[in-house]
Amino acid sequence: MRKGQNRFVAGFLLAPVALYLIFVIWPYIQTFGYSLTDWKGQSQTFSFIGLDNYTALFEDDIFLQAIWHNILFLVFIPVITILLALFFAFMLNAGGRGRAGGVSGVAGSGFYKIVYFFPQVLSLAILAVLFGAVYRSDSGGMVNGLLMKLGLVDESAPVEWLNEPNMVLWALILVVVWHGVGFYLVLFSAAMQAIPRDIYEAALIDGAGRAHTFFRITLPLLWDSVQTAWVYLGIAAMDMFILVSTMTAGEYGGGPDHHSEVMATVMMRNFLLYGRSGYACAMGVVMLLLTLIVSVVMLRATRRERVEF
Amino acid sequence: MSAPLKTASRGDSVPTGPTVDKGRTGPGDERGEGVVLNVFSHGFLALWALLIVLPLLWLVLSSFKTDAQIGGSAFGWPENWTLDVFSRAWDKGIGDYFVNTVIVLVFSVPLTMLFGSMAAYVLARYPFRGNRLLYYFFVAGAMFPVFLALVPLFFMVKRLDMLNTYQGLILVYVAYSLPFTVFFMHAFFRTLPTAVFEAAILDGASHTRTFFQVMLPMAKPGLISVGIFNTLGQWNQFILPTVLMQPQSGDDPERYVLTQGLIQLQQQQGYASDLPVLFAGVTIAMIPMLVVYLSFQRQVQAGLTSATLK
Repeated sequence: MRKGQNRFVAGFLLAPVALYLIFVIWPYIQTFGYSLTDWKGQSQTFSFIGLDNYTALFEDDIFLQAIWHNILFLVFIPVITILLALFFAFMLNAGGRGRAGGVSGVAGSGFYKIVYFFPQVLSLAILAVLFGAVYRSDSGGMVNGLLMKLGLVDESAPVEWLNEPNMVLWALILVVVWHGVGFYLVLFSAAMQAIPRDIYEAALIDGAGRAHTFFRITLPLLWDSVQTAWVYLGIAAMDMFILVSTMTAGEYGGGPDHHSEVMATVMMRNFLLYGRSGYACAMGVVMLLLTLIVSVVMLRATRRERVEF
Repeated sequence: MSAPLKTASRGDSVPTGPTVDKGRTGPGDERGEGVVLNVFSHGFLALWALLIVLPLLWLVLSSFKTDAQIGGSAFGWPENWTLDVFSRAWDKGIGDYFVNTVIVLVFSVPLTMLFGSMAAYVLARYPFRGNRLLYYFFVAGAMFPVFLALVPLFFMVKRLDMLNTYQGLILVYVAYSLPFTVFFMHAFFRTLPTAVFEAAILDGASHTRTFFQVMLPMAKPGLISVGIFNTLGQWNQFILPTVLMQPQSGDDPERYVLTQGLIQLQQQQGYASDLPVLFAGVTIAMIPMLVVYLSFQRQVQAGLTSATLK
C-alpha cells in the first residue's frame, strides 16, 4: 500500500515537474548566467565578460529612457485605473438609493459588469489594431473624426496621437486603462460584496452620507484588494511590450524617435533583431529586479492595519 | 478558494430591501440626495459603457466599408452590406492563423488541465517529504516576468528542434500555464471531502482510478473555471509565439497564431492598403471570445479575479 502510494505520487508528478523545469525554471536560471556573457546567439561560443553588459546598460541612453517611460506608466496606470474602478464598483454596489436603511447597487449593475469586463477577454493584439484605427491621424480615425465634426480640430492639421512625442505615452495609457478598469471593477465588487450589509446599515442609521460611507467603511475594508490591484497594475506597467511594439513606429515599436520605448521593446529588439543575446539577458535581469523592487515598495507603501470583519 | 466563485456567482448586488422601487420614499433629505446621485451615477456608468461598446461597434461596422470610405470620414455609414470582406480576410491568412491557434489549443488546454490537476492533486492530498517546497516551486513561477526567460527559452526550444512547430508551442504553453492551474486546483482538491476518497480506496480502487473516476469529476466546477481561464490566456498569448513561431528557413511554412497574424496583417497594411480586411480579421478573432465570454461570463470573471485574490 505504502509503496504503491509512493509510486503513484512520483508518477503523477513526473510529467508536470519535468515540463516545468525544462521550459520555465531552467530558462529563468540560465538568464542570469547568459547575462554575464557576450553571447551573440548564433553559435554556442561565447566568453564570460563579468558585469560588462550591466555597465553597458547604464550607458545605453535608449534603455535608460525606456526605464523612465516604464516609471511614468507605473505612476499613472495604477492610479487612474484603480480610481475609476473603485468609483464604478462603489456605484454598482452601493450607489443605489438608500431605502429604509437598505444599501444596494444601481439598477442594471449586472449588465454594466458584463459590458465593462468585456475588453479584458480581448487579446492585446486586437486592442492594438482597434486603437490603431481609433487613433488614426486623419479624418478616418475615430477620435480625430469626432474632434473634426465638433470643430475642435482643423481638418488640415489632425492630431498625430501616436506620432507626437508628447502625446504617445498618454495615448497608450488610455488604452491600458480602457482595457483594465472592468477587471478591477469586478475584483473590487467581489470584495465589496463580502462586506456585511449590517455595517452599512448601521452607518446609514447613524446618518452617514455616501461619501462618508465610502471613505470610512468601504475603502478601509477593501484595502487588501486595492493593494493587490496596485501590485498587479504595477507589474503590468513594467511590461507594456505588446501595445508599444505594435502601436508605435519602429522595429518592435518605441517610436517616434524612442519616445515610447519601454524596457521590453529594447530587449526584444536587441535579442531578435541585433542578436545580442547576452545583452538582452542582462536587460531581462534588470526588468526582474525592478519589478521585484516595485512590488515590495508598493506593498510597503500601501500597508495599513488590517481591518477584521 | 471556492469562496470567490460563490461571491461572483451571486451576481450583482444583493439588496437587503426590495429592489429599486421609485415610488418608495426614504427619509426626507435622503431622497433628494438619492435622486441627484442616481442621475450622476447612471450618467457616468452609461458613459463608460458607451466608451467600451462604441469603438468595438465602430470597428465591426468599418469592415463593411471600402478603403476609400474608411480613409474619408470616420462616421460614414457603410453602403454595401456584403459578407464578402470576411471571406477575403479568411483567405488572406486569418483562416490559417485561426486554424493554427485552434490546433495548438486543442492540445495545450487539455494537457494543461491534465498535468496541472495531477500535480495539484498529489500536492494537495498526499503528504510526502518536500511537498510544500514543490508547491511553492510551482506557484513562484507566476511571479517572474516572462521576459526573464525568453532568450534561453528560445534556444532551449531550438535545441529540441521545436522552433516553429505546434508541439513546441503546445509544451511551452502548458509549462507556463502550470503555476496558475496548480495553484487554483490545489485549493480546490483540498476542499473535497476525505470520506469519499477513503470509500473509493476501501472499495479497492487504485489511486489512479480514484483520481480519474472520483476526484476529478468532483472537481468539475474548478476545472471549468481554470479551463476557461487557460483557454482565454493561451488564445490571447502573443509574446511566446512571437519568439517561438517564426519560419526558420525559406521553405519553413508560416505557422502564426491568430494574435501574431493580426499584427502581421496590420503591418502589411502599410504596403498594400486593405483595411476592411484587417478589421474583418479582428472581428473574426473577436467573435469566439465574445461567445465564450457571454456564455460563461460568471466563471470568466470568477476565474480571472481569483487569480489575484489571496
